[in-house]
Amino acid sequence: MQIAKFLRGVVLTLLAAALLTGCDTVVMSPSGDIAMQQRDLLVWATILMLLVIVPVIVLTLWFAWRYRETNEDATYAPEWTHSTVLELVIWSVPLLIIIALGAMTWVGTHKLDPYRPLERIDAQTPVPADLEPLTVEVVALDWKWLFIYPEQGIATVNELAAPVDHPIRFKITASTMMNSFFIPALAGQIYAMAGMETKLHGVINEPGVYKGFSANYSGAGYSHMKFDFHGLSEADFDAWVAKVKASELSLDRDTYLELEVPSAKVPVMLYADVDPTLYHGILNRCVAPGTVCMEDMMYHSGMGQHGGHHGEAEAGHEGHESHTGHGEHGGHHD
Amino acid sequence: MFENLDLTKLIFGRLTWDAIPFHDPIILATFAVVAVGGVAMLAAITRYKLWGYLWNEWFTTIDHKKIGIMYIILGLVMLLRGFADAIMMRLQQALAFGDSAGYLPPDHYDQIFTAHGVIMIFFVAMPLVTGIMNYLIPLQIGTRDVAFPFLNNFSFWMTTAGAVLMMMSLFIGEFAKTGWLAYPPLSGILQSPGVGVDYYIWSLQIAGVGTLLSGVNLLVTIVKMRAPGMSLMKMPVFTWTSLCTNVLIVAAFPVLTAVLAMLSMDRYLDTAFFTNDLGGNAMMYVNLIWIWGHPEVYILILPVFGIFSEIVATYSRKPLFGYTSMVYATVVITVLSYLVWLHHFFTMGSGASVNSFFGITTMIISIPTGAKIFNWLFTMFRGRIKFDVPMLWTVGFMVTFVIGGMTGVLLAVPPVDFVLHNSLFLIAHFHNVIIGGVLFGLFAGITYWFPKATGFKLDEFWGKISFWFWLIGFYFAFMPLYVLGLMGVTRRVSHFEDQSLQIWFQIAAFGAVLIAVGIAAFLIQLVVSFKRREALKDESGDPWDGRTLEWSTSSPPPPYNFAFTPRVHDLDAWWQMKQHGFQRPESGFIPIHMPKGTWAGIVLSGISVVVGFALIWHMWLLAGVSFVALIGTAIYHTFNYDRDYYIPAEEVERIEAERTRVLANV
Repeated sequence: MQIAKFLRGVVLTLLAAALLTGCDTVVMSPSGDIAMQQRDLLVWATILMLLVIVPVIVLTLWFAWRYRETNEDATYAPEWTHSTVLELVIWSVPLLIIIALGAMTWVGTHKLDPYRPLERIDAQTPVPADLEPLTVEVVALDWKWLFIYPEQGIATVNELAAPVDHPIRFKITASTMMNSFFIPALAGQIYAMAGMETKLHGVINEPGVYKGFSANYSGAGYSHMKFDFHGLSEADFDAWVAKVKASELSLDRDTYLELEVPSAKVPVMLYADVDPTLYHGILNRCVAPGTVCMEDMMYHSGMGQHGGHHGEAEAGHEGHESHTGHGEHGGHHD
Repeated sequence: MFENLDLTKLIFGRLTWDAIPFHDPIILATFAVVAVGGVAMLAAITRYKLWGYLWNEWFTTIDHKKIGIMYIILGLVMLLRGFADAIMMRLQQALAFGDSAGYLPPDHYDQIFTAHGVIMIFFVAMPLVTGIMNYLIPLQIGTRDVAFPFLNNFSFWMTTAGAVLMMMSLFIGEFAKTGWLAYPPLSGILQSPGVGVDYYIWSLQIAGVGTLLSGVNLLVTIVKMRAPGMSLMKMPVFTWTSLCTNVLIVAAFPVLTAVLAMLSMDRYLDTAFFTNDLGGNAMMYVNLIWIWGHPEVYILILPVFGIFSEIVATYSRKPLFGYTSMVYATVVITVLSYLVWLHHFFTMGSGASVNSFFGITTMIISIPTGAKIFNWLFTMFRGRIKFDVPMLWTVGFMVTFVIGGMTGVLLAVPPVDFVLHNSLFLIAHFHNVIIGGVLFGLFAGITYWFPKATGFKLDEFWGKISFWFWLIGFYFAFMPLYVLGLMGVTRRVSHFEDQSLQIWFQIAAFGAVLIAVGIAAFLIQLVVSFKRREALKDESGDPWDGRTLEWSTSSPPPPYNFAFTPRVHDLDAWWQMKQHGFQRPESGFIPIHMPKGTWAGIVLSGISVVVGFALIWHMWLLAGVSFVALIGTAIYHTFNYDRDYYIPAEEVERIEAERTRVLANV
């Protein structure tokens, strides 16, 4: 029959396609431990659902063929409308699958929470107790990416590098638009939003150059809001840091304000040093001279509201880092 | 203060000649085609002296059947516009690789994908769904019209007003460049100072009035106006799913109205609900719009589930398997649809427990949905299935939709969503359920009930051509997008560097061409069927040997639907009546009380377009005057007491006797 033939064709084409492109589909063959675990979850969830999807498709086509009008041999039961056993099966089979999938989801979501510091470098290796993660402060600008390395005191635009097998801790914010910070080979994405900080933990396990980009449409220059992410050996990473430090550019508040002006297709820029308070200023929207930082504004309105209750207002002040989009983890610092 | 008064600005606001896109050949050519076509149509209407007919019989009508048909025409016309946008996107993405920038600059491309989404959801899917509900609900529940007939006419014209405003943005000014949900801060006044977002806001606000009132109307109709004997558990499944849909409309659309009102206050009055500064927060907008947006997808799919339920029972020549579980599944989906909105933004940084909660509630929806699929499956089991066009759409739907359902559940697993969110995998998923579900269902429904509405069936050959091109075209157009999503390609990108992706976009573009053939075949089908209407004539009123009350009427039904209100004893009321040798009453007719047509709906809608246009362009004088006119006209209409009439008993008798004569010849 036409439908059956057609569907077999579709499935075969898809299988062939999947095989042919197996090496190119970055989501299915990533290079970072977090992305690999996300991939595994994807595969298992698919298999679990195919347990019910495949029989449904087969039964649909089979019933459509078997009970066609012209097939006089097939049983015709014009009044048959109810079967308690079947009803039990059709409600309980999906239910069981969803219970299994729900359990996987609960565990997987907590284990792969982007805010959660890494516990392992790969499936075999736990993170050594003395290994501090590399911190990178990420700012989504219109329409380019600014990366600040506070520990190294350097900054880059549209180029990111990190040592292989070394946990990375991203702190992410934006200048105006809502973007999404995504390096498919490394780990899942998280939104970058102005005045707020989101977090992402990941580790890259193989050296290489990977694509990174914004995954949330943010206006005219969005299509070109890309960068290369370099997974480097520790030695190569040190060399890369030295290369950045040899740059003639440096990033202070004035140069940031120039950089912040919307622009597209911006080439890679390296800054040998960076104003250590800059990221805090961006996050609190007070880089420009004369602007009040959000945390101070909240501190003052907190004071006003609570009158003399100094303690509460102080808590509001110190909690500036909890202004993140992330209610549950707001207070937890890693 | 008066010396500063700039008269031009007061009258024209920010509208200048610059707003007309003379520089863009694509838009100019489109305008030329639309203008020529429009003038030709107006000339033809004048030439054949159809204005009086159109005005009296259609524009001012409060007959739910004609309003339903007008909704469907609106939806089909807008489908052409929405699809034109789609094919332009497919072409751009198939071309724009490496050195080639394609033929659309980002400025234009961004408007196109925004318009495509807005049109397809608000001005194609919604009018088609509302149109079918409008046409069928009174017939299925055995009543003469909806609860509030004038409101029905007004609702239709307000929806049309929204569509008109939306279409005006093509030639005067620009449309939003924000994506179809217009997230701030991008849609805020600082980032989008132009008129595009204002066109978006006001066309949706005006159309939203229509949608909400239509929801109230149909809800009251189903609750209050069912024929005697039709208890809730004897309602046809389509009426059940429509009931749930209208509950969702009434509960969800006010949220959209509120969130768009807040966005417009941010843009017009310098408030700071969703701004980056001054304590605003865009995350509130994202939450609110999806609290409307997720129920919205169930608003679209539930009536379609009802359509499939009717069709699968009719063509399998069996009652629906598991009616009760079907009803409960529908109600469960209705309730759950309010508990899943956060799955649209797992990546916004909610905690793991919040994300898990919304992920799992989303998966739970697949249980009642799965039960529905099994119910259709077991309706086919041991049936005698006749593969007319509506049944082909149904089988195509069942196979296609479960694939979309599976990828949907995948996206509901938060860690999986982190790698697939905003990717082309997501685009493939929701087109998989919207095309493979909603659209297939609408085409099935249109084909199924077409003879009821017009008195003749649709041509089978062209219907089958349309079905196969849509089905195959769908797989070609969207399966490559799943693959691209797994390759880490995101949505809304107008230019690519990586040449290895190009082949997939070319396959997708080919699929879009196949779909174009499917749409063309559908239009040809309409023309061919109209030409062959004598041969395809349905005189019985029951061409498919149907089961529900609409098939007990003539095709098309008389203005009053039923000469006598039917009494319902069982589910599948008409089937049961046929089984028991039902005799049509042929005497004892009494005059029938009917509502009368009115100009008020179309006039109020026309004024609303002016209000919206004036607000978009900051023409404050016109906005004020037209707003006063709008309120004034509405008040004036309340003094119209000439609202009803009686169809005399002799007229009813004449119509019914004619039907008796026709039936004797069948």
